[in-house]
This record gives sequence, structure tokens and C-alpha cells, in this order.
Amino acid sequence: MADLATAPTRRFGFALPKLPPAIALALVWVIAMIVIAVFADGIAPHGFTALDLKHRLAAPGEPTHLLGTDELGRDVLSRLVASIRISLLIAFGATLISALIGTTLGFLAAHFRGLVEQVVLMLADFQASMPFLIMALSVLAFFGNSLPLLIGLMGLYGWERYARIARGLAISAGSQGYAGAVRQLGASPSRIYGRHILPNIASTLIVSMTLVFPEVILMESGLSFLGLGVQPPMTSLGNMVGYGRDYLTRAPWIMLSPSATIVLTTLAVSILGDWLRDRLDPTLR
Amino acid sequence: MSEPLVRVDDVARAYHARRGLFGRPVEVAAVDGVSFALGRGETLGIVGESGSGKSTTGRLVLGLEPTDRGGVVFDGAPMPKGGTAEWRRLRARMQMIFQDPLGALDRRLPIAEQIREPLDIHGVGDRLSRLDRVGDLLDRVGLGVDHGRRYPHELSGGQRQRAVLARALATTPDFLVCDEPISALDVSIQAQVVNLLVDLQAEFGLAMLFVSHDLRVVRQISRRVVVMYLGRIVEEGSADDLFATPVHPYTRALVSAAPTPGRRLVDRIVLGGDPPNPADRPTGCAFHPRCPVAEARCRVETPRLVDVGAGRRAACLLVAADATPNREAA
Repeated sequence: MADLATAPTRRFGFALPKLPPAIALALVWVIAMIVIAVFADGIAPHGFTALDLKHRLAAPGEPTHLLGTDELGRDVLSRLVASIRISLLIAFGATLISALIGTTLGFLAAHFRGLVEQVVLMLADFQASMPFLIMALSVLAFFGNSLPLLIGLMGLYGWERYARIARGLAISAGSQGYAGAVRQLGASPSRIYGRHILPNIASTLIVSMTLVFPEVILMESGLSFLGLGVQPPMTSLGNMVGYGRDYLTRAPWIMLSPSATIVLTTLAVSILGDWLRDRLDPTLR
Repeated sequence: MSEPLVRVDDVARAYHARRGLFGRPVEVAAVDGVSFALGRGETLGIVGESGSGKSTTGRLVLGLEPTDRGGVVFDGAPMPKGGTAEWRRLRARMQMIFQDPLGALDRRLPIAEQIREPLDIHGVGDRLSRLDRVGDLLDRVGLGVDHGRRYPHELSGGQRQRAVLARALATTPDFLVCDEPISALDVSIQAQVVNLLVDLQAEFGLAMLFVSHDLRVVRQISRRVVVMYLGRIVEEGSADDLFATPVHPYTRALVSAAPTPGRRLVDRIVLGGDPPNPADRPTGCAFHPRCPVAEARCRVETPRLVDVGAGRRAACLLVAADATPNREAA
């Protein structure tokens, strides 16, 4: 419990000056990433496929190529900007899809119990026991590759966690807690789940989302690294790391900048998630 | 006497429990053939120790749980199936008070909004009249407008239970089930909440089912009392008679164990052993392993709940034998 002196400012708790420095940095980084992703075309100095064969493998610091160039003379900065856009699109899309699928299935299991619950739990166990990378590889091998398919496939990643969390919390809230009390007041299931259970478990779900988000980025990087994710000429962070590997000793900047971006973005999202969980809980304010 | 508001007819509810990894599922009879009736504005107390099925009875009466056998009739109509639209509509007329008020409140919503919730659900009045009603209710249970803006965790235990009470009364129900409403509260707060319940009951003409293990509170608040043991009613009667002259050996033990100020517990009947496992119900009279006056036939014969005069019923072979002539005379 905080002291009374800070109480009046509590209402405007999202005001920037009160943010701890680590949170502020993480927030700035994530916002910067989003801005870069949205305005990628305006920010990139060159086209991300434009070749500049005279400046192949140029080191960072050149006036025209700030982060250097790769083996075909393509500008690393421009490719990085384009990669951030694709990787964020995949990570955000996939995280939202899996949260939506998982929470819905979890609520269905908690509400209907019985057979529905058994089926959902069996699917969740199946998903958890199957190495996702192998499943993704086989799907991509059979159905070819396209961005929507990749996002949809990544959207299956981690849904079983949301399903388990949502089911467990909804059942415990329903058997003796507030949800049981509200049901007893005559509330419809949509009211119970939408107005009471979802806001109450949102903090837990958001934290899982921030845990899944970096994993999706890493998974996409892994798939692209194996050549099954984002296909050239399109580029993503993992794709850049994968192709930069061959020049690791001669031109490390090709893969260092996307690697650093992956690490910083996943870290920033995790930090923000942790902070959000505390902010979203009225009992901790 | 006119048709009672609530009539409970031989309801039973069993749960399935599995003991051990490969154990066979065992049926646990939580409530087994309970019947009683409750008139408008009347209070019925249910007492019994843990596992006697008193809370389950309360939930069955409200239709929160399906009955395996028997049924509940509310205001002349059978209780609709739990979760259906009719059942939900009926919630405006019957409400429940929970043992743990903090658990029963949504910790993310301010108190006033939660008290307004039943009005929103049942579409009572417009926005402004609902706000007025919330103000009235808060005032009626002794909370201020200021409390309405707070969150549940910012209130004390007694205040929370008042808020739960205000929410339950929002739609002016006819029937209230109180499931151990004061056992989670401090002793100093208990009396306040009990007095508030008594006042509100008189004011709103509520029929009340008061489930508790606290004999003194039940005696203070109820006109009639039902004593339960292992899912069955063992004795029923008016509160004063039942506590003054308990008939069933179990009730006698319960009453003798309740302390009275200024009197030493000299003639206390101490029951041996734990309450038996409901999954492994003793044959005959379920109480016989702990009964101080049990005879050989108690082990084989199951006593039925019979009239023992003066509007009282008891389920004991020994009592029934004594009372049989009276019953035939009546």
C-alpha cells in the first residue's frame, strides 16, 4: 500500500513521469518498433531488395549504408526496417489469434464441462506434447508458404496455455467465487464470462501473451533460419539471421543487427507485460 | 394454512468420488431425502456439523444444483432447470448470501456497480432510478455513498457482507438463502450482521433459509429449526422447543455442547469419534456409532422422520417408540 501523499495522482497513473526507467525504456523501444513497422517504406533509405554491387559487404558507418551492406550489396538498415515490419506483423497476429482461440476454448470447456471439456483438454495435451516446429515444418512442406498461412500457423502456437489458464480460472471462479455469485443473480453466460471472468483473468492472459510473443518471434526466426519461414525476396528478422550466418566471420553486422533487435524487442515486451500485470490489478494499486 | 412459499420434497443429491488411482467410484450421498416447507416471511434454520449436507441443501433449494431425486416447488410452480432462462428470471425473487463475502464480490468492480448488477440483469427501472435504488440499498444496510465507490478489498469483512446483502436485496426477493453468512466474520461484527438480517427480514417480509452451525445464532434468528446429520433430517421443531427439550440424542448432544453464559457445562454430552464418512454410511441409524443410548436394533433398522407431537418431528427409533401412541392419538 502506498502512502496518502501519492494518492491524488493515482487516477492518472499512466502519466509518463511516474514510470520506472526500465519500463519507460521498454515502452519507448516497443513504440519505436511499432512506428518503424508502420512507416517502414518512409524510413528505409533504400529499397530492401535494391542491389548495390559496388558496395558489397561494406562495413557499418558508410554514409549511404549506415549499418553496412550484405553479400549482394543490399542495405542492411533498409532490410532491418522491412524485417521488423514482417516479424511484428507475424508475432502480433499470431499472439492475438492464439489468445483468442485458447481463451474461447478454455471458456467453452469451463462452461459445458463433460465431453466438451474432455475434447478441449485432449487437444491441448496433443498440442503440448507435439513439438511445434515439426508440426509447422510438415504443414509448410505440404501447403507451401504464404504470409497468411504462416501467421495462421503461428496462431496455433501456445493456444493450449491460454485454454488451460482460462478453463482453470473460470472453473474456480464459478464454483465458489464471484462468478458463482453472479450466476446466482441471474446473469447470462455471456455476461458472466464477458463482464466478470474475462476482466478478472485478463491480467494473467496478458502476461501469457507477453510470454508467447517473444516465443513466436523466435519461432518465426527459427523457421526462417531453416528456410521454411518467410521466403526471399521478402525478409524477416529470422530470415536475415539465417542468411547472414554464412558471413558470420567476414561480415558479422549482417546478422548482429537483426539478432540485437530480436533480443531487445522480446525483452522489452516481457518487461512491459510484467509491469502491465501489476497495473491492471486494482488490488495492487 | 395457505400454500407455503417454498416446498422441498424428498430431495437427494449424491456426488461421485474416486478413492485412489484405480479405486472404484463411490457414491457420496450429500443430501438424502430432505423435505420441509417454508411459508412467506418465515425463517427456517438448518444446523448440523460439517459434511451434514446443510449447505448442499441450500444450493438444491435454489436450483443451483440439480437434484437426483425429489423436487423443489417455489410459489406453486416447480423449480426450472438450473441455467435456463426461466431459472435466471426467477433469481430476481430468490437470492443467496454467501459465507465468504470477499469471494462473492468481483474484486475489479466498485461496490455500487455490483449492487446495481441485479437491477441491470433483470432490467429493473431506468438508469437514474437504478442509481437511486443503489443509494437507498447502501443506506439501508448501513453503508455510505462513499463505500459504494470503493473496491471490495478496501472494505472490512462486515462491510463486505453488508454489500452482499444489499446486492441480494436489490430486486426485493421473497426468499433468501443464507449459507453460513456470519461464520467468516469477527465475533464483534457477527451480532451487527445478524441484527441487520433480522431487521431486513421483518421489513421486506422475507422467507429465509438460514444455514449455520452456530446454535445460538440460529435460535435467535429462526422460528423453526431443522437438524441435519449425514444428509438427513434427524429432528425438526420450533426453535424454542427444540433447544429447550431436544428429543433426538444428536440434538441433545449439540445443545448440551453450546455454552451459555453463567452456566458451567456440567451435563455436557461428549460425542465419541469423528462424524462418519458420508461415503461409508453406517447401516441402520447413521448416528448409532456415536449415539450414547444406541441399542442393538439401531444398527439394522433405519429410523424414519415421524411426528413426535407439538409440530415436531424426529428420526430416532427410541423416540419413535415412545411417541407412537401420541401420534395415533393426535
